[in-house]
Parts: sequence; C-alpha cells; structure tokens
Amino acid sequence: MDNMNCSDARIARYKAFATQIRAHVLRMTHRAKSSHIGGCFSIADLLAVLYNGILQVDHTQPNMPDRDRFIISKGHVAAAVYATLAERGFFPLEWLDTFYQDGSHLPGHVTYGVPGAEASTGSLGHGLSISCGIALAGKRDNRSYRVFTLLGDGECDEGSIWEAALFAPHHHLDNLVAIIDYNKIQSFGMVKEVLDLDPLAEKWRAFGWAVKEIDGHDINQIENSLQNVPFEPEQPSCIIAHTIKGKGISFMENQLAWHYRHPNDEELQQALAELGVSE
Amino acid sequence: MRAAFIRSLINLARNDDRVFLLVGDVGYSLVEPFAEEFPAQFVNVGIAEQNMTGIAAGLALCDKMVFIYSLANFPTLRCFEQIRNDVCYHNANVKIVSSGGGLAYGALGATHHVTEDLAIMRALPNMTVIAPGDPVEAGLATQAIAGLPGPGYLRLAKTGDPVVHQRTPNFQIGRAITVREGNDATLIATGGILNNTVQAAERLAQRGIQTRVLSMHTIKPLDIESVLESARETGAIITIEEHSMIGGLGSAVAEVLAESGNYRIAFKRIGITDSFSSVVGSQEYLLKGLSLSVDGITDAVQSLLDTKTH
Ligand SMILES: [Mg+2]
Repeated sequence: MDNMNCSDARIARYKAFATQIRAHVLRMTHRAKSSHIGGCFSIADLLAVLYNGILQVDHTQPNMPDRDRFIISKGHVAAAVYATLAERGFFPLEWLDTFYQDGSHLPGHVTYGVPGAEASTGSLGHGLSISCGIALAGKRDNRSYRVFTLLGDGECDEGSIWEAALFAPHHHLDNLVAIIDYNKIQSFGMVKEVLDLDPLAEKWRAFGWAVKEIDGHDINQIENSLQNVPFEPEQPSCIIAHTIKGKGISFMENQLAWHYRHPNDEELQQALAELGVSE
Repeated sequence: MRAAFIRSLINLARNDDRVFLLVGDVGYSLVEPFAEEFPAQFVNVGIAEQNMTGIAAGLALCDKMVFIYSLANFPTLRCFEQIRNDVCYHNANVKIVSSGGGLAYGALGATHHVTEDLAIMRALPNMTVIAPGDPVEAGLATQAIAGLPGPGYLRLAKTGDPVVHQRTPNFQIGRAITVREGNDATLIATGGILNNTVQAAERLAQRGIQTRVLSMHTIKPLDIESVLESARETGAIITIEEHSMIGGLGSAVAEVLAESGNYRIAFKRIGITDSFSSVVGSQEYLLKGLSLSVDGITDAVQSLLDTKTH
C-alpha cells in the first residue's frame, strides 16, 4: 500500500511536471510567435519522466563526468527542452521569457552552451551520431553514464540516422538509448504518406537494437521502459514511443498546422484552461 | 605525406591518450600501425562519413582529440553539414584529414579530385585550414594542428610526394615558410604544388629572375603579414594552388591585397579554372593542362612580369 501511494505520488509529480512544460511552451511560443508546439507536446511526458526519475544529472554540477547525457536530436522542440531544464534548475525560469527574442541566450533550436544542453541540434539526423560518440567514449573510458537520445519520426528519413543505427549495435553500445517520438506526423504531412517508416520496430530490431514499443503518454509505461535499460546486455536500446502530436490540447492534437502555428491570445487562454493552468 | 602524417600521429598518441583516429573504411597499409598500437583509440566506422563526423564530435564533447581520416572529398563534402554543425558550431576538438588533395587521384576521375575543399572549409567559423607543401610539412602540421583546441582541416597529397625541405623548417600555423629568397616577384604556393613552384623559381633564376617562394601551408588563418610584406618588397604576387581559382589561396590573397590599398601590385592566380577535368590523365598530365606544371608556372610568372615592365 505504501509502495502504491509512493508510486501514485511519483506519477502525479511526473504529470504535474509535464503540464508545467506544456504551459511554458504555450506561453513561450505565444510570446515569441514561434512554432513547433505539436512536437513539444508529444515529448512532454517523456521529458517529465526522464528529468524527474531517470537521468542522473545535477544542475549544480552540469559537467560532472559521469552524468547521464540527454541529446535531443529533434532540436526544434527547444521550447519544451528549455522549459524542462529551467524547471530542473539549470537556469532561471525567467530566461524562458526571452526565448527566441533579440539578444536572448535561448535560440529556437537547442544549442550547446545553454546550461544543461549537451549538444546543438536543429538540423535533423545529427543527434544519434553524436550520441554514439559520447557512448563510445563512455565505453572506452569505463564510465557508468548512459546516453538518451530523443529522435523524431520525420528525422528517421535521414540516412545518417541509419548509419548510426548500424554503428551502435556493432560496437555493443548498451549505454545508449534511442527514444523515437513516433507521433506519425512530419513537417509536411503524415509519415505514412510522406515516407512510410513502418514496420519501424522491426527495422530497429533488424539493425540490432533491443526494442520496446510503448504509449509515449502513459507515465507507467515510460517509466517502466526507461528504468529497464539496457533491455539486453551488449545491445543498444530503442524505445518507440507512440505519441500524439499536440497531445493535451483538444484543438492541437494530430493537427499538422501546429507544427507551424503559434497560439493567438484566445487560443492561449483556451489551451491553458484545458491544461488546468491559470495564466 | 600520408606516411609522415601517420608517423606523427602515432607519436602524438604515445604522449596523449586523448588522441583518437577514426577512418571511413580506408587507410589500407597506412593506419595499421596506429590501430595495432592503440586499439582502444581507433575505430573504422565503415563507409559512413556523416556518422563518422558526428561520432567524432561526440567523442570530442567527452574531451577526446579526434582525427578523422578519409580520402578525396569523402571526409569534407560528403558530410559537410556535420562538419559545420557538429564540429565547428561546438568548436569541437576534431581534425579532419583528407588524402588525395588536388588532382592526386588523377586518372580515377573528377569524383576523386579534391578541388574545392580549401574554399569550402575556409568559409567555416572556427576552422583552421592547412595544406602542407611536402612530407616534412605534413608531419609538422599534424603536430601543430593537434595543439589547436578546436577544429582543423589537413589536406594531404598522396604517398611518395617529393621532399622540398632539406632542413626542418620552422612550422607555425598561420606563418608562411620562406622557401626561397628573391625580390623580383613572390610565388605563394599551398599544398603539394609547392614542389613545382620551387622548380619554376629555379628555372626563372636561370633567366635572371629571382623570385621569393612562400609555402602558405595555412590557408586560414592566412599569414597576412607575409603577403603584405612580399607585395611591398617584390611588387608582384603569383598564387599557385592545386585547387579551383574560386575561393582558395588565390582568393584569400586577393582579399588581402585588395584591402591593402596598395594597388600597384602585379597579381595573378594560377589554379584550376571553373570546370571539371574533361580529359583522363595522371596528376602530372592534368597539371600540365592547367598551367600548373613547372613549365606552366614558369611561363605564367614570366608573362606577368613582362606585362608589368611594359
Ligand atoms: Mg513527427
């Protein structure tokens, strides 16, 4: 019973954190008139679990050699990542108000040098190779850290992803975890229509990864999968997170337009109300 | 130059366990001694240059000094955006080494001709660009580039390149080496074409024209001081490169001269015209067709000086 309560409390904490991220993203994109809300919302629950129960990181020692690394390969979801880092204390929450603004420290794609950001990304298909390098260094130096890389589904069109997908199993990088935000929508349409990835799990399996498919908005499934990496010894792990672009806001879910649009005043109020957050 | 590079790299690795060598499935009968002595610091990543470059950046983010080695345009143009974003944007300690600079791969054809790399790599922020003039410089350049905290590009020629420097020169990144003294004109060469340039200078000397020869092994940062000094002292500058006339050494020197305010300098670029090789041939054969042979360089210098006197 105690366990149950403890777990319930933890889940409530994750959920509250994910809601915070979504609320920050709404305010940031509204203020900045920037884009990519849909993809920020499909990964919000994943970020909440990663940064509250999984990643061994410490904002007071951001360069600790044995820290886990989180690489966001789909760097355009910067608003969600910055919100997460700020909430975790890597930099002041006030910085979020400057997102995308003239003279800011926070550009529209995740950038190395922002406290807590491990690599600059934004051009798709780069993050998994960088992560392979970090994971390889960890192996060669006998370090205990893990590398978690979050990929978009659209970016799996890039050949470089599959170069890295070949590399990691060949070098037994079981300290590497690729999480795929499989929200089924890419920049200009449905993944199925633009360049079908299915059967996606079978592809990663065939490349030599230990693969789990989860509901990327089910906190229990997220936590359970992330707590159990590596799924197989000597193999990198791949979590295919089935997600919903724009998750959490009725009028944004599964709408391609919210890859581009920013909320107007009215939409901001409505979205915050749906999250149960006051302005 | 290849052998000098790997010898120098092995020496580096003996004193610095941060040194990594990644190869893109090339280096047969070259990199084996490194791989055998430092197996934990060597990876053949396969024929996958984009991934190789990203991996190098990841290793560098973990405090490694990573050398990437491949041939022709494979480690530069094939993965150019990884070099820009993963290496240069992070100011990562990654050194890109290409073998086959210029027309070294001759009859293999234009896919293997490395003729735009200097221009393209020079445009990248944080990137240092070096094209050693002979095997002696190649060994020294490898050591020197390792001393840089950030990215570097090293353009090697091939195997068995002629040795120009009979004595070990003072090699410093960003400082041209004066190979020959003279005051009638200055020949500025970069990369393996240095040898033909020196021979052309000797031929000109037989005609009573004393040219200064600079080995401008570092294209970026360019040795502006030496360029301006040579312009002042010799009044004529000829750049020689086994590279497109667009954007490389000639362009870099022209930028300096144009901004110097000294408009009375006679200036000429010798390089590859804006085209792919339309004929098949060895490096020597192709160079001849481009005024980059000893005769070609000699004639080009002579005609510039003739025009100047008129
Ligand atoms: Mg998507």
